Amino acid sequence: MKKIFTHSLLIASAGLLLQQTVVRSAAREVQTDEQVIRISASTFEFKPSEITVKKGVPVVLELVSMDRHHGFKLSEFHVRADIKPGAVEKVRFVPDKTGTFAFICDFFCGDGHEDMSGTLKVVE
Amino acid sequence: MTDHMNRRDLLKLAGMGVAVFVSGTTLRAGGSQQKQSESFYFVQLSDTHWGFNGPAINPDSQGTLRKAVAAVNGLDEQPDFVVFTGDLTQTTDDRKIRRDRMAEFRDIVSELKVKTVRFMAGEHDASLDRGEAYQEFFGDLHYTFDHNGVHFIVLDNVSDPMAAVGEKQLQWLQSDLKQMQSDARIVVLTHRPLFDLAPDWDWATRDGEAVIDVLMQHPNVTVLYGHIHQEHHHMTGHIAHHSAKSLMWALPAPGSQPKKAQIPWTPTEPYKGLGFRNIEAVVRKAQYEIEEFPISKG
Repeated sequence: MKKIFTHSLLIASAGLLLQQTVVRSAAREVQTDEQVIRISASTFEFKPSEITVKKGVPVVLELVSMDRHHGFKLSEFHVRADIKPGAVEKVRFVPDKTGTFAFICDFFCGDGHEDMSGTLKVVE
Repeated sequence: MTDHMNRRDLLKLAGMGVAVFVSGTTLRAGGSQQKQSESFYFVQLSDTHWGFNGPAINPDSQGTLRKAVAAVNGLDEQPDFVVFTGDLTQTTDDRKIRRDRMAEFRDIVSELKVKTVRFMAGEHDASLDRGEAYQEFFGDLHYTFDHNGVHFIVLDNVSDPMAAVGEKQLQWLQSDLKQMQSDARIVVLTHRPLFDLAPDWDWATRDGEAVIDVLMQHPNVTVLYGHIHQEHHHMTGHIAHHSAKSLMWALPAPGSQPKKAQIPWTPTEPYKGLGFRNIEAVVRKAQYEIEEFPISKG
C-alpha cells in the first residue's frame, strides 16, 4: 500500500514538473524577437489563463479551440478573434504598457461562458 | 399631487410581508408634449434563469420566480402589462432540456393575473441556437408594440452569440423610427446594455453605438434592460438607460472587483439584491418613475 502511495506521489510530482515546464515555455522568444504564445480554449477555460509578456516585444497569440466556437477579446490592446475548432488563429500585437489586463471569451459558448477569462501581465 | 403620484401611493403589496422601498429614480426623457395620454404603469422582471441550480447562490432557485409572480399578483392595482427582459431560462447544451425549461417557465408565468405579458430573449435563452427554441415558445426576437401613446421597441442583442444587433435589425429599427413623429415617446426594451458599461465583463453590445446613434435622433427615448443583475442608471446624451435586478442571483457593481462573480446567498438577508420593479409612465411628460420591489421572504 505504501509502495503504491509513493509511486502515485512520484507520478504526481513528475506531472507537476512537466506542467511548470510547459507554462514556462509557453512564452518563447523566436528569432524574429516575437513572443509566441499558444492558448487553447475549451469549455469553459483558457489554458494557460495567466500569461506574462515583455513590454515592447511583439506578441503572437496562437489561438486554438479544443471543442467549439469560442471568442478571444483583449480589449486593452484591441485584440479580438474567433477561435474555431480545427484552425489556428494567429493575432499579433505589441504590448506598449505594463500592467495586468483581462482577456475574455466574447462568443457565447454555454453555461460557464461568463467564467471564461484570463489575464495578461505585461512587465518591463 | 399629480395623478401618477396618487396612483403610485395606491400601490401596495398584499401580504407575504413584502416591504416596499422606493428608489425614487425619476428621469426625464425630455422633449415636447404632443400627447396628453394618461399615465400607466407596467412591471419589469428580468433574468429569471429558470433551471439554474446553485444552492450557495440561491437555495430557493425553484421558488424565487413563483414568489415574484405571487408578489405581482398581490399588487392592489394590476399593471397594464408585464415585461420580461431576457434570460428567462438558464442556458444548456441539451436541446430537450432547453425546451423543458422554457415550457416550465411559461407555465409558471401563466399564473400572472395580468394576461398581457411581453417577452424577450437573453443570451442564455437564445445564443446557442440563435433563438430557435425561444421563437418556438415566445415568438419574435425583435418587435414593436404601442401602449397608451408610448412606442415600445424590443431589440434583440443576444441571438447573435457575438452580442450584436446586426445590420439587418438596425435597418429594421431605422425604418420603424422613420414612421414615428419626431417627439414620439419611445421605450427600448433589450437585454444587454447598449452602451459599453463593462466590456471585459461582457456588459456591452458590440454594435450598440450604432443603435444609440439611430436612437439619438429622437428626443424622447428611454432604454430598459437586464443582463447585469442589478439596478443601474446611465445617460448617453439625452437617452436614459436603466437596468433591472435579477430574480435568481445578484452581481457586483461594474468594475468593482477584478473578476465578475455571482454574489453568494446571504442567509441573514435572503433574496438580497433580487427583485422586480414597477415603471410608471407619465406619457405627457415623457417621464418614467421606477419603483423597486424586493422578493418576498416567503
